[in-house]
Amino acid sequence: MSDVQNQAHAVLEGPDIHRALTRIAHEILERTKGAESVVLLGIPTRGATLARRLADRIAQFEGLKVPVGSLDITMYRDDLRLRPARPLGRTELPPDGIDGRTVVLVDDVLYSGRTVRAALDALNDVGRPRAVQLATLVDRGHRELPIRADYVGKNLPTSKAEKVKVYLEETDGRDAVLLIKEEAR
Amino acid sequence: MRHLISAGELSRDDALLVLDTAEELARVSDRSIKKLPTLRGRTVVNLFYEDSTRTRISFEAAAKRLSADVINFSAKGSSVSKGESLKDTALTLEAMGADAVVIRHGASGAPHRLATWVRGSVVNAGDGTHEHPTQALLDAYSMRRRLGRLEGLKVAVVGDVLHSRVARSNVLLLHTLGAEVTLVAPPTLLPVSVETWPCQVSYDLDAVLPKADVVMMLRVQLERMNASYFPSAREYSRRYGLDRDRFARLHDDAIVMHPGPMNRGMEISAEVADSPRSTIVEQVGNGVTVRMAVLYLLLGGSEPAIGGTA
Repeated sequence: MSDVQNQAHAVLEGPDIHRALTRIAHEILERTKGAESVVLLGIPTRGATLARRLADRIAQFEGLKVPVGSLDITMYRDDLRLRPARPLGRTELPPDGIDGRTVVLVDDVLYSGRTVRAALDALNDVGRPRAVQLATLVDRGHRELPIRADYVGKNLPTSKAEKVKVYLEETDGRDAVLLIKEEAR
Repeated sequence: MRHLISAGELSRDDALLVLDTAEELARVSDRSIKKLPTLRGRTVVNLFYEDSTRTRISFEAAAKRLSADVINFSAKGSSVSKGESLKDTALTLEAMGADAVVIRHGASGAPHRLATWVRGSVVNAGDGTHEHPTQALLDAYSMRRRLGRLEGLKVAVVGDVLHSRVARSNVLLLHTLGAEVTLVAPPTLLPVSVETWPCQVSYDLDAVLPKADVVMMLRVQLERMNASYFPSAREYSRRYGLDRDRFARLHDDAIVMHPGPMNRGMEISAEVADSPRSTIVEQVGNGVTVRMAVLYLLLGGSEPAIGGTA
């Protein structure tokens, strides 16, 4: 679209993301009293990467290997019929499963809350966790469902016309969170 | 509306999307709740004019695991035996609101005709001696799972190619995916136009075996034979059957496939069929997964993500 000018600026750079994840890792340890029964489940693609990073940090801080996995929610989305069928992400559960554990769902951006709702449905089909918590790198507001995050990297007030894009080293070659304003001229 | 009628109309990207989707869906079969809510409220009709065990059950299981409503229709015991035409049956299904029709028919081209009469997606589950695209997809998927790749794979398809829809679909799909197919059969069991197919042809099984990564044995379809295509079953078996001696000539990683149902002792010996390098039982399990992928990609979104416009 030629009449739309994209203005992007970085709200978080590499070091900011690093610090935010470090803080979230500490908060998880604190809130779950040592993360003994925690399982980190990332929502593909970038949530899964973030979950692994959080697990690495927790291992660094406390020498505790927290089980980590990924949970694809594509088949549980409520907007499947609005777009052509999309490719699936990977669901990989830790070998011991999630029954009786505290599952921390990890996603990159929390927006309408519909992804998290789908994730809760998906979780229901793979086991029965004792509790479910939510960690997100960016909370950009505009919730459409009664869902809130337990751990937030950055609260980012946005307008619905804007887009938030998360780049991570592992998938995109660099760490950054961009706020993209689409301005119609 | 888009359909899956021929393996030949799948692009490389489409075919790989089906295989990759199936790969993720395979994980669902390992968990205790083997059901996904994705196709809730969608109706899949299984329209079977020919006998079938595994294909019909496989499509039914696939649709049910995706939470679709399944209506099974078999020509026996239906109005077809009173003389209802395919078109009238199709219009009945249309009126019932079928989102997808899975059809098996003895006449080549029936799914193609059906696609012009109904609004839903048509999935070809085998038409006459023409095509059986989901079988080819599950075969490709089984090969990739066992051998890790498809590109450059040497596949020998052996036996009754003339009456086989599985052979044609496999040749077309495997060619798209970069495998090299050699058809091996007596001259009487090769179709007239086989030289136009994207594959090699050989009459000598023993020469092909040592180079093959995959040997796919086809069933000798006696029910479709109205003339004698070979002197005797024994003669056929001696020249084109896969027995222990021939099996020993394969290289160590090669696998043996068969779309089923088998004529044990004719095209394949029981010993070979039950060996660990045979994927015959695996193929059945993979069939459900691959058909889930096909149904999801055709029905899971606002419009199909794969397939051709008939």
